[in-house]
Amino acid sequence: MREDHHDKPHAPDHPMTEFEWRVDAVQALLIEKGILTADEIRRAVEEMDARMPAQGARVVARAWVDPAFKARLLADAKATISELGITVGFDATIVAVENTEKVHHAVVCTLCSCYPRGLLGYPPDWYKSLNYRSRVVVEPRSVLREFGLELPPDVEVRVLDSTADMRYLVIPMRPAGTEGMSEEKLADLVTRDSMIGVAQAHTPALR
Amino acid sequence: MSARFKAGDRVRVRVGAPPGHFRTPTYIQGKVGAVERLHGDYRNPESLAYGGDGLPKRPLYLVRFPQSHLWRTYAGAAQDQLLMDIFEHWLEPA
Repeated sequence: MREDHHDKPHAPDHPMTEFEWRVDAVQALLIEKGILTADEIRRAVEEMDARMPAQGARVVARAWVDPAFKARLLADAKATISELGITVGFDATIVAVENTEKVHHAVVCTLCSCYPRGLLGYPPDWYKSLNYRSRVVVEPRSVLREFGLELPPDVEVRVLDSTADMRYLVIPMRPAGTEGMSEEKLADLVTRDSMIGVAQAHTPALR
Repeated sequence: MSARFKAGDRVRVRVGAPPGHFRTPTYIQGKVGAVERLHGDYRNPESLAYGGDGLPKRPLYLVRFPQSHLWRTYAGAAQDQLLMDIFEHWLEPA
């Protein structure tokens, strides 16, 4: 299969790494054996690439303006997210947790890089780094400080280590001074990092 | 499977390293926490990792541990918590 490789449209420009060879070989075998078609693989990649933090931001903005929606989201996130016409991909079970004046959640996967990809897309590189994964569970306040987030001592910091089927979505606090803003404008304030819990949502003044 | 624990129950994480893949990090093994919530029944990753069907499904819990109990030198606040998803077969009453 090596000799075929450079005929393929997805071939990288750089020399292939060991992992890329392996993925290439597995993919070729799956196609050869009729388990998957090239188009099915392409579609799955396309679907994954289409998932963006903006989808999560829409969910958070709705939760900020609609308390009943938020209550349903906290009880059954996947079903509630579908009310917005968003289909959470893959098999993951999304669990939403809410940050408040008293409680702050931050998410990690110490074992690998579990992340709500079916809603937010790919995780940032730092989320997969050994540094973040090993330190945020031991010294969360220091790590959050390095991200620029200083939490008051009376806040309860809750670090979620997602070791199993649950993919955690943090609902950041609604910033002050956003009363009367439209849901669409509110969604612009919700960043990827605020939904992982290493930052607060933007305040309108900062934008 | 019917769940053995309910929210609020104190549980201890079993200590072990079964051959193959398991998803209970060593840093939490032997620690005592409290059940935060029952997620429901999920396939066992120790079987799924090797092409098994992961059945029977097993109860999966979110368990809460005080940070100050996990790390002797924890420098954060006393109320800080670590929460982790743990399968029932890794838990025993405490």
